[in-house]
Amino acid sequence: MKLHVIGLTLSLTACAGAASQTAQQTSPQAAATPPETTSVDRPQYPSTYRRTPYPPVLIGNATILTGTGQEIAGGSILFRDGRIVAVGQTLQAPADAQVVDGTGKFVTPGVIDTHSHIGVYAAPGTFAESDGNELPVSPNTAHVWAEHAIWPQDPQIPLAIAGGVTTMQVLPGSGNLIGGRGVTVKVIPVRTVQEMKFPDAPYGLKMACGENPKRVYGERGGPATRMGNMAGYRSAFIAAENYRHKWDKWLADKKGDQPERNLRDETLMEVLRGHILVQNHCYRADEMVQMLDLAREFGFQIRSFHHGVEAYKIADRLAEAGTAASIWADWWGFKEEAMDGIPENAALMFQAGARPVIHSDSPEGIQRLNQEAAKAMYAGRRAGIDVSRADAVKWFTSNAAWVLGIDSIVGTLEAGKMADLVLWSGDPFSVYSRAMQVYNDGYLIYDRSDPTKQVVTDFGLGQVKR
Amino acid sequence: MMAYTTHPTSPRASADGGLSLSLVWVRLCSSALVSAALAAGLSSPLAGQTIAITGGTVYPVSGPRLENATVLMRDGRIVAVGTNVQVPAGAQQVDARGKWVTPGLIDVATQIGITEIGAVQGTNEGTLAGNDVSASFNVLEGINPASQLIPVARIEGITTVMSSPGGGLISGQAVALDLWGDRIEDMVIKSPVAVVGQINEGAKGTGGGSRAGVMARLRRLFNDAREYQRRRADYQRRQMPDLSAPVADLEALLPVLRGELPIVLAANRRSDIENALRLAREYTLKLVIDGAVEGWQVADQLATARVPVIINPLTDIPSYDGLSPKLENAALLSRAGVQVIIASFDSHNSRNIKQLAGNAVTYGVEWDAAADVAVWSGDPFEFSSAAEKVFIRGMEVPLTSRQRDLLRRYKSLPPKYQ
Repeated sequence: MKLHVIGLTLSLTACAGAASQTAQQTSPQAAATPPETTSVDRPQYPSTYRRTPYPPVLIGNATILTGTGQEIAGGSILFRDGRIVAVGQTLQAPADAQVVDGTGKFVTPGVIDTHSHIGVYAAPGTFAESDGNELPVSPNTAHVWAEHAIWPQDPQIPLAIAGGVTTMQVLPGSGNLIGGRGVTVKVIPVRTVQEMKFPDAPYGLKMACGENPKRVYGERGGPATRMGNMAGYRSAFIAAENYRHKWDKWLADKKGDQPERNLRDETLMEVLRGHILVQNHCYRADEMVQMLDLAREFGFQIRSFHHGVEAYKIADRLAEAGTAASIWADWWGFKEEAMDGIPENAALMFQAGARPVIHSDSPEGIQRLNQEAAKAMYAGRRAGIDVSRADAVKWFTSNAAWVLGIDSIVGTLEAGKMADLVLWSGDPFSVYSRAMQVYNDGYLIYDRSDPTKQVVTDFGLGQVKR
Repeated sequence: MMAYTTHPTSPRASADGGLSLSLVWVRLCSSALVSAALAAGLSSPLAGQTIAITGGTVYPVSGPRLENATVLMRDGRIVAVGTNVQVPAGAQQVDARGKWVTPGLIDVATQIGITEIGAVQGTNEGTLAGNDVSASFNVLEGINPASQLIPVARIEGITTVMSSPGGGLISGQAVALDLWGDRIEDMVIKSPVAVVGQINEGAKGTGGGSRAGVMARLRRLFNDAREYQRRRADYQRRQMPDLSAPVADLEALLPVLRGELPIVLAANRRSDIENALRLAREYTLKLVIDGAVEGWQVADQLATARVPVIINPLTDIPSYDGLSPKLENAALLSRAGVQVIIASFDSHNSRNIKQLAGNAVTYGVEWDAAADVAVWSGDPFEFSSAAEKVFIRGMEVPLTSRQRDLLRRYKSLPPKYQ
């Protein structure tokens, strides 16, 4: 898998592995002959992310929650050139390393939020920045991509960074049955979305169950009911199956005209091929199980349910299906399908061997996912579920990385992983702790004690008093 | 920081009256590291019942922390707090050794009791549609004592709320409630406890689309109320020019204009806060500012005017209604001598005022000061702490809620429905 691989999936198949971009750049022959390519073969908004160089860093004598289930007291971590070199009890600082004293402090992997609308619902929150729901156009807007609307100058970005967030998935909203593509980005201050795009991260597909699509389309031709919701997804995937068949056939024999591109079906086809991960807004237990059956009908996996306030009722089924639930710690009651939310949700998922993730869906919540996880962890303990800090830290690090399909790159503190990590003033499960330093790909992106290491986006310049 | 609490031994007595006077009642919550439904099924309090909470670290809020102290309650009142309190024979004793004993939490920015499901209009009672000026609209009879939100908040130590109407320019009258009781009469502490309104961005429509229009409309309203009061006879003889609101609403504003009833105005932008302060000076209002996102910029003015603020200390997303929010807002206001009240601005998760207060401490508020506002246990603001016992009006309330019922049912799967 290479950069912008999902956009290129078609072209990789079509050109039997010839990466057109590289070929164009390196082969004079290719430059001489007009390329016999169409839009489908060319790069689709590829990541231009680049690591910012930074000296090697050794954080010593800290409590390290690795995200792998380990808690190391008095531990050290060394990273260089954006990679973790070693994590352990005592490490020697190389001569060129910056040494950070971690006494009394904690280190965790960088916080990962699987569900954000930062950038597509940017502050200051006027209609002008409201770009997250393609409404009311069609209940299936699989053709829209969140990344085409993310505003990199959103003043909420620095707030998330100060909360220790290094990676987030920005999703379209939930007004449509199929809302469009979500994108996983590094949370960094840059000029363009392309520079934020997490290299090699698969896309997400936002789907939504329940009340929202009903509410939006109930008086606009439907879906008006949960029956209509299900029929809507099924029709969409039947069309995508046909589309995939057409393309596969053409790619195999290249006979006749190239099938016409259709952005809606193209995205859903990539879901069917397993290249795009389904991120499904769904509250009620019974609906989640309907969606698991739908996924089985069309032969794909739902990577994670989102919000899942009733995930605890079907924790066994979710464990069996290998589907995560990205949930709030304690939100409930703002609508009918959210009435049964309980603070023990994450811990009950954990107890069942399923994969809980604490997500934000909120520019406030994203700043304190550690605190949200703390509420969920302690609620579980009070209910008699033995969940440790080392377990609960996964809920906003490694489990989240898995939901985004980047768990081989980030989410844990292990040698070889990308050096995304947070130095906390104390136990991240205490209300009194804060992120002191945040490293993104080995680069110090935030330092609470150094105002020059605190990002201000363009929006904040001159008009936000500090 | 403040202080909707008076001395626990003298409930409903307060030097400065107003909100602080009315929002205080006798309630304590003691807490510990482990909660669960310990207290479920405890007997209801009897008249004349005496309860002594002994051995705990007591935060009276009205005075310094007391180690190994006793809180004695009788007939729903706190009758003694101290380290030398004699426990009468026959008193029910609650051993609070190793625990923290504090007043119950009070949330003054919530709609508990008047909302059930946000998105289900049939369960919401807090807004009088079609009226910008609803000063006579009192939410009291919209309260649903059977609301599921009440036990969810109560079992986490929130014992009292100010439930407020919303919308319009003058939204209506808020009421102070204890989160216990089968009937509205059992719950109410004071009604009305304040008149609530807004001059923030949300109110612009009521002023023709301009903040200046909002302020002009308020002045006309207040002037009309005074004029009406002076010329009631003329009004009855139909010898008064048109008034800018129905007389019922003007009547309801008179206690506010006499300084007897507080007016809580939502204002976030610095200029809006200053508009509110100017208005309060002109009409000698007993003003409370709600929101106060940019309050830290005018902390001295607020302190000088002795205007309390109700804030969510975690507000930090800039909007045009407040481009410069700051996580240090509570600390800066408090340090300047402003009475700061931390509130949830939520209903379903009113319980999170503990987290809000804890974060206010993290961003510079003195713990003891914050404890005035949100009060709890084993450190009540920590996620590891929970309410172990909650007393309202001197009686221990069961720590049960629908959420706990769901937990019990689904703790092992498949659930048993019978």
